[in-house]
Amino acid sequence: MTFSPQLEQRFTKMLASYPPGRERSAVVPMLIYAQDEVGAITPELIEEVARRCGIHPLQVDEVVGYYSMLHRQPLGKYHVQVCTNVSCLLVGGTELYEHAKKKLGIGHKEVTADGQFSLEEVECMGACSWAPAVEINYDFHHFVTPEKLDQLIDGLKKAH
Amino acid sequence: MAETVKLTIDGRAVEAEKGTLIIEAARQAGIEIPSFCYYEGLKLQAACRMCLVEVEKTPKLQVGCTLPVAEGMVVHTDSELVKSARKGMLEFLLTNHPLDCPVCDKGGECELQDMVFRYGAGESRFTERKVHTDEQQWSPVVYFDAPRCILCYRCVRICDEGMGVNALGVGNRGVIAAIVPNHHDHLECDECGMCIDICPVGALTSGTYRYQTRPWEMDHVGTICTHCADGCRTTLGVRNGRIIRGNNRDRSGINGEFLCVKGRYAFDFTEHPDRLLSPMLRTENGYEPVSWAKALELVANKFGAVKARNGKLGIIGSNHTTNEENFFLAKLARQGLGTRNIDHHRTGDLTTFFDALSGRNDALATTAELYSAKAVLVVGADLSQQHPLLAFQVRSDVRHHGAHVYTVTRGPVREDHQAAAGVRVEQGGELAGVESLRDRLKSEGNLVIAFGDSIQGESLRKLIAFGDSLGIPVKYVCLVDYSNSRGAFDMGLIPREGGLSREQMLAATDLDVLWVVGSNPLKTAALSSTNAFVVVQDLFMTETARQADLVLPAASAYEKSGTVTNVCGEVQKLKQAIKVMGAKTDLEIFGLIAKEMGLDLGIWLPDKVFEEIRRTVHGYNVPMPVIAAGGAAATAPLNGRVAALPGAIESAGDTLFTSGSLSRYSKLLNSVMEAPGGLYGNQGPGDRGQGPGAGGRS
Amino acid sequence: MLYNEPSPLETRVVSKRFGLPNSASLDTYLATDGFKAFLKAREMTPEQIIDEVKASALRGRGGAGFPTGLKWSFVPRNSPKPRVIVINADESEPGTCKDRLLIEYDPHQLIEGILIAGLAVDAHRGYIYIRGEYRYLIEHMNAALAEAYSRGYLGKNIAGTGFDFDLYTHSGAGAYECGEETALLDSLEGKRGIPRMKPPFPAVAGAWGLPTLLNNVETFSAAPAIIRDGGAAFAALGTPKNGGTRLVCISGHVNKPGVYELPLGFPMMKAINEVAGGMRDGRKLKAVVPGGSSCPLLRADECDILMDYDTLAKIGSMLGSGGMVVLDETTDMVKFALRIMRFYAHESCGWCIPCREGTTWLRKILTRFDEGGGRREDIALLGELSRNMLGRTFCALGDAAAMPTISIVDKFADDFVKRLAPEAVTA
Repeated sequence: MTFSPQLEQRFTKMLASYPPGRERSAVVPMLIYAQDEVGAITPELIEEVARRCGIHPLQVDEVVGYYSMLHRQPLGKYHVQVCTNVSCLLVGGTELYEHAKKKLGIGHKEVTADGQFSLEEVECMGACSWAPAVEINYDFHHFVTPEKLDQLIDGLKKAH
Repeated sequence: MAETVKLTIDGRAVEAEKGTLIIEAARQAGIEIPSFCYYEGLKLQAACRMCLVEVEKTPKLQVGCTLPVAEGMVVHTDSELVKSARKGMLEFLLTNHPLDCPVCDKGGECELQDMVFRYGAGESRFTERKVHTDEQQWSPVVYFDAPRCILCYRCVRICDEGMGVNALGVGNRGVIAAIVPNHHDHLECDECGMCIDICPVGALTSGTYRYQTRPWEMDHVGTICTHCADGCRTTLGVRNGRIIRGNNRDRSGINGEFLCVKGRYAFDFTEHPDRLLSPMLRTENGYEPVSWAKALELVANKFGAVKARNGKLGIIGSNHTTNEENFFLAKLARQGLGTRNIDHHRTGDLTTFFDALSGRNDALATTAELYSAKAVLVVGADLSQQHPLLAFQVRSDVRHHGAHVYTVTRGPVREDHQAAAGVRVEQGGELAGVESLRDRLKSEGNLVIAFGDSIQGESLRKLIAFGDSLGIPVKYVCLVDYSNSRGAFDMGLIPREGGLSREQMLAATDLDVLWVVGSNPLKTAALSSTNAFVVVQDLFMTETARQADLVLPAASAYEKSGTVTNVCGEVQKLKQAIKVMGAKTDLEIFGLIAKEMGLDLGIWLPDKVFEEIRRTVHGYNVPMPVIAAGGAAATAPLNGRVAALPGAIESAGDTLFTSGSLSRYSKLLNSVMEAPGGLYGNQGPGDRGQGPGAGGRS
Repeated sequence: MLYNEPSPLETRVVSKRFGLPNSASLDTYLATDGFKAFLKAREMTPEQIIDEVKASALRGRGGAGFPTGLKWSFVPRNSPKPRVIVINADESEPGTCKDRLLIEYDPHQLIEGILIAGLAVDAHRGYIYIRGEYRYLIEHMNAALAEAYSRGYLGKNIAGTGFDFDLYTHSGAGAYECGEETALLDSLEGKRGIPRMKPPFPAVAGAWGLPTLLNNVETFSAAPAIIRDGGAAFAALGTPKNGGTRLVCISGHVNKPGVYELPLGFPMMKAINEVAGGMRDGRKLKAVVPGGSSCPLLRADECDILMDYDTLAKIGSMLGSGGMVVLDETTDMVKFALRIMRFYAHESCGWCIPCREGTTWLRKILTRFDEGGGRREDIALLGELSRNMLGRTFCALGDAAAMPTISIVDKFADDFVKRLAPEAVTA
């Protein structure tokens, strides 16, 4: 299994950054970066990462289920993550999430039929003082109102 | 004398060695601190929190399984706070643990049941929905029920640390965390069942045992496994005359609770439908059952006639009959039938071994010494496949004592994971490989060398000379196969004083009688003599039996008493677990044949024969109390020079999943047979002439 | 661009470059006293550096508040094994959003702080463990590292001083527990983020079994100022034994939520009313989460206090991670308690029985309560079960779940009584 040239370069650097014999340390970063390209943590990807890090696929498999950002099923092209934890909860995070569900027509960890959007109710993403907070893929959005969320989503829809 | 520490536990003054964990110090003082995840010999986890105790002058409850004793420490294991903490832990555990007791195999021997009775509350306050996932089957043997699992991680640790297989992991996070198998939805492993037996609850259950009985409905009989030469105690659960399960959870025997798949599960050959249940006589219409009376008469007449005219008899004895049976057969052969043509499938060069070590009984390693040695050298053997208990001892020695293990083998073996050095050699290059380790070996405190059949004759003498030249104490294990090869040798099933070897018997065109006991030589060799009267004693119609004129149904090791000698020369007692109608023990058959022939060779009861063995067989003067109590007594067989014997020496080539003919009739073993196992086992057609699953050479 | 307006009441030490154009560039850093502290530290002995940090009374800014100088002194410099520095940028404590800013606006300050720590414990290798959600900051930090390397401020012979140091980023993938020191180390080693038994402590055997110094981003970021201006000067900004300033993340029902750098000992009500612009819509204060959701909550009448580690500890709470969440009278404490417990149940690593089973059970009770099925005995049960977890779990996550819950049930029982199921009210 091979990845894009940029990703291969990143992985080469990554493996070399740990003390000799400690390539296993690359497992989690490799999985999350490869997931962006492959779309999900597939059995093939697990075998590949295990091979590159010199461990058994079981040891990679154990890790996949532990970390929230790793998923075995593909998500939407735009993964909309809405925080409803304490700081966001206090300023309308729950209402924002319910609005997102209606807007996209899907629920927690579900994908729209056209595969463009997926939705997740997430834990604190580190934007508490600028709540409500939404992360779309890896982009942060602050002070998000239902209207602003609609604008963001519509904007992404239009980009197709 | 190790440094000790004085402390107080529940008002009692306790003195313990420095470094002792509180839970152990309490146990020594007769105080039980409950735990699930703490398990002697495995890494500490501190995960279950059952062992929390009060230690004065500390603000929080302390973990009894990780805290070492300290001078002046005052511990309370029975205060109200500790009691309520235990109740709370069990209440938490029971929120998702299903009330499966009525249908769970573990009921009656479940540690959670015991704990809840002793330390739990009468009621649970949990009124929400439990987390549920369905039961999974991971192999023909292993079933996993996640809701029942309490995540004590014993199974993961025993598979990783204990067995070196690493087939189990932990997946997911939080309340849905669960044990996961190494191939996503199934296991590819040794199928040893250690995980099942170490599980304190019914999360891991056995596919062969499930739903059949309750533990208190069985009689538990501790006997010796009949498969390989390691001599593990297997405690067979018997109900209504059937063996329902085998394990060794009571940790009796030289193996503690270790058992491999064969010792634990491969008892089902005893009730295979093809079991011979009556003597079978060859007629023009094939084999027909005849009575024992008729069969014995026929044998006695034939043997007597051949003996009378000084004909040639050949006897091939068994590698898994008892010492008593072997002793009696040897006597019957030499005294009764006047023949020296007696042999068995020799799987290790004990002749040269005993000769080269003449008089040096302290040079023989016991099973326990493989756990205490400072260094172990394995030459030409795949211990995990052929001698799983020895492999377990060595692995534990490395883990617990930091011992060094060295391998000199044809290819990678499991010991390599822990090995200080692993040397790959071609067949015949073993000694050169051993020599290359000289500098490292001679710096060890002591050494045990275990070697396979590629070391024999001259190379064996050279190996011992090598050991002697290191200048450190060295002990040896001559690896042999099958459950009583040592006993076959020690009791004299060997062609001494000019007798014919196995090969020679089969090649003799003038052989008049071939008597094969519990062996299958005609699977791979041809009988040259066309006129020989062939008598075979066995459990099944093997290839050899199918060439017999008369087949006598024999009992298996689980159906008789007696003693066997393991690969390290330790004698242990068999205890009869069941009886199979129609079959007779080999000893009884020998006795009846002798009687029929009018010979007086003594009483053929195992106890009586063993008394005679103790008196007359060198090195077998072992203490009776040890044997009677189910212990293992080391023999001291070295008694001066031993003359060379004719005939070949060749390992059985068995693996974890094969055991000569027996394994072919174990449905369980055949159901879990995985890739052809092991480096020195039968790899496939062309390799030592067998096919996968075809079993060993006899 | 800053995410919120700064406040004139701030004392900007670690945030002094926030808002400067190109604040993250090396040139900006060098032009504003950057790397001067490192050069000064290079002339000091490790003991002197550590003494200076001890004098500063700097305490861990990640949440535990352990005295930093003391922690640095635990790392055995004479160990035959090489020492390693690990920077905890896993920032996942609800209410906390400060380390993000330090990486975004002043990555070189962090680098310099790490180098100073390297000098103090004779370490030459460091890993910045950044939570997976902060992907843009991983790339941003990588760019800063590349810049530092290219200009000789990382790698071999740093700034010509003969000191070598290699620094890398390492991505997490979504797990709050990985902010726990030892769980972070397991995650760094490529495993599940399960915490480890202590002893051995990371200082002795941490990442890959090597002596490891592990601190929060903000803790390292304070080191340059401490060395440059002296520990005493830093200490003087705060209160005795609680030296310096810290980034306070004010969020919730205030008019001007934001991240503000305030001296230790700043009055809490002043922070709410003046720094954060007071309660929004003129509502009344009901409760405050002083330092991240793991802290016991304070009732409004308990908030007239100075914000430092010892004062908060004395009243039974914690200064924690600096995530100060302000709740007004409209807040439904049942919903609040539920959301907190949903978080801990989701993030529990599952290793030990009380946290794994306890957080889920508590979450289920609170869910049932919130959905209208609350029974009178549930109120006491919530407190009791939390107390069965407190102090008995393998790591502090169990305590983090128990403490706020106990405080809510004890101090805001009325909210629960008001939400009892109809049949329970008449019972």
